[in-house]
Amino acid sequence: MTLLDQPAGPSASVWPPDAHGPRRDPAPLLPDPEPFRLLGTPAADKLDPELLLDLYRRLVVGRRYNQQATTLTKQGRLAVYPASTGQEACQVAAAAVLREDDWLFPSYRDTLAVVARGVRPVEALTLLRGNAHHGWDPKAHRTAPLSTPLATQAPHAVGLAHAARLRGDDVVALTTVGDGGTSEGDFHEALNFAGVLNAPVVFLVQNNGYAISVPLSKQSAAPTLAHKAVGYGISGRLVDGNDAAAVYTVLAEAVEHARSGRGPVLVEAVTYRLEAHTNADDATRYRTPDEVEAWQERDPLAVLERHLRAHDLIDDAGVAAAAEAAEELAAEMRAEFHAEPELDPMSLFTHVYAEPTPQLREQAALLAAELAAEADAR
Amino acid sequence: MSTATATPAGSTTMAQALNGALRDAMREDPNVLVMGEDVGTLGGVFRITDGLAAEFGADRCLDTPLAEAGILGSAVGMAMYGLRPVVELQFDAFAYPAFEQLLSHVAKMRNRTAGRLPLPITIRIPYGGGIGGVEHHSDSSEAYYAHTPGLHVVTPATVADGYGLLRAAIASDDPVVFLEPKRLYWSKDDVTPGPVEPIGRAVVRRQGTSATLLTYGPSLPVCLEAAEAARAEGWDLAVVDLRSLTPFDDETVCAAVRATGRAVVVHEATGFGGVGAEIAARVMERCFHHLAAPVLRVTGFDIPYPPPMLERHHLPGVDRILDAVARLQWEQ
Repeated sequence: MTLLDQPAGPSASVWPPDAHGPRRDPAPLLPDPEPFRLLGTPAADKLDPELLLDLYRRLVVGRRYNQQATTLTKQGRLAVYPASTGQEACQVAAAAVLREDDWLFPSYRDTLAVVARGVRPVEALTLLRGNAHHGWDPKAHRTAPLSTPLATQAPHAVGLAHAARLRGDDVVALTTVGDGGTSEGDFHEALNFAGVLNAPVVFLVQNNGYAISVPLSKQSAAPTLAHKAVGYGISGRLVDGNDAAAVYTVLAEAVEHARSGRGPVLVEAVTYRLEAHTNADDATRYRTPDEVEAWQERDPLAVLERHLRAHDLIDDAGVAAAAEAAEELAAEMRAEFHAEPELDPMSLFTHVYAEPTPQLREQAALLAAELAAEADAR
Repeated sequence: MSTATATPAGSTTMAQALNGALRDAMREDPNVLVMGEDVGTLGGVFRITDGLAAEFGADRCLDTPLAEAGILGSAVGMAMYGLRPVVELQFDAFAYPAFEQLLSHVAKMRNRTAGRLPLPITIRIPYGGGIGGVEHHSDSSEAYYAHTPGLHVVTPATVADGYGLLRAAIASDDPVVFLEPKRLYWSKDDVTPGPVEPIGRAVVRRQGTSATLLTYGPSLPVCLEAAEAARAEGWDLAVVDLRSLTPFDDETVCAAVRATGRAVVVHEATGFGGVGAEIAARVMERCFHHLAAPVLRVTGFDIPYPPPMLERHHLPGVDRILDAVARLQWEQ
């Protein structure tokens, strides 16, 4: 039998196949040709001043958080810190658009978004401090642990969002990935699953230009990373990631789009990592001071502050008040991190399984004996 | 714990026992959901999920896209929201794309969140050879999983265990890699539904006095056959079915080895760095003064799984097991 001899399937009409039919999602398939912007455009005049001021205060806190974490790293209080300096608009917007019962699935550079979800810095940073893999109660904060293997948390977001829908809850999951992470297989699989399941998920790609040292041009041949949505039949949005008002607006629309059952959304926010990959990285080996300086001009905090001042929405006193609130967080961080963390070596065995295996009980007894001997020797 | 309600009595195949375990678990707990490639309309390539989509609907017996990391990764998110996914990865060697999800997230989530996010996921993987499968359809991948803390690794060798161990795996609050010996899918036995025991115990399938064969999964029937054949040589062999590689039942294994003073470990996976090496080491560490001979291993060769027309040379058979038994220093 040849291919042509094969009988037709159960359906009389075999072309086009189901998946080639009309899209369920009414949103345009091709992303915006240019990054969506609000600040500096006429549309900005119509924005709610309270929203802008709120975003500004969050950005100021976010910047101070990044500075303080970097300082703590230099002081040896954090093992390593991947700063989100320059990306604060994406970080605070990702948290601000979510409801309390929505879920955030962050990557390792997204501790600011985690803090913006209401997690204390000392809990958000335990992974990077090195005293525990993870610090906060994920269920209480509806915030998954920081994922270090890139984009591997994206399928988790899809599964959780799908499970919520099966339960009848209108919960949305938002996951954050970097430009490098979009090359990972798990990113592809997550977008495909989300499209097929019509899962209420928002994928936020913070395109900060570099995957450690590798520039976007070596990462993808796509016209934009938002175009990657097209292949999955889901909608893609492109936004200026340094325009806090635009990021907030696009993400809020995406979350609403997903929540209403119209489908997942991929958002590419074009931004820039003003600091090196981490404190252990030397960014001068792969990018020029001119480039960094050009992006500093587009620092999201400076952009928003210029807008607020130009529209008389904030004055020096307002700026000082925002800075003062940020200092409170920084002081809290210093107090928390300069204290030595409590470590319990026996906790190594506590949560490998619900019940320790006989083998783990033996090994725990071995460590307990070692600890007792150490204590005796002191 | 719960008892079976729907498993057919009488002559049952392991495939039917596994199917019954899934059905009973789904009936008892609405949070249990089955997902994987071809599990819905088709009922799975081995028909282990046959009829589940019809009874429970497509949402609870979910045909997924063909992407193993995506399947297991989305199961992680589902478990975080309170579901108990039972994932089918279609064949041993097709489970490898899910490896990162398994090692970096499934195995570690309870530990890295200090117990706040346990992942009650059962990962069913048809494994092993002996079915004439072409390349990538016959791997014995248990050592990879057993080497990973945070996972339970179990494998049934009897029809009754097909039901009981799968129920126990689904009931477990820890992730369980559930390895189904493909060549035993059509083995038949009577299943008397009974209480579901927690996983972690080995059983002595055959009492004996001369030497002890330690085995699991697809190699159990081979060992039982070897034990029968050994009677002609004057050896009375005990056979232990491990059932659970993690947790490992040192107690039952050591008691069975001490009783005879001689042991051979048998599995069809490659030997180097394999589960047999771990077992031999554990027995040596715990039973040294009871041993009359070194613990020997009979395993597959250290080669990529051979093509089907050659696989019989690779798989441990009765003769190779008896040859090992003969080398247990009987002259002393």
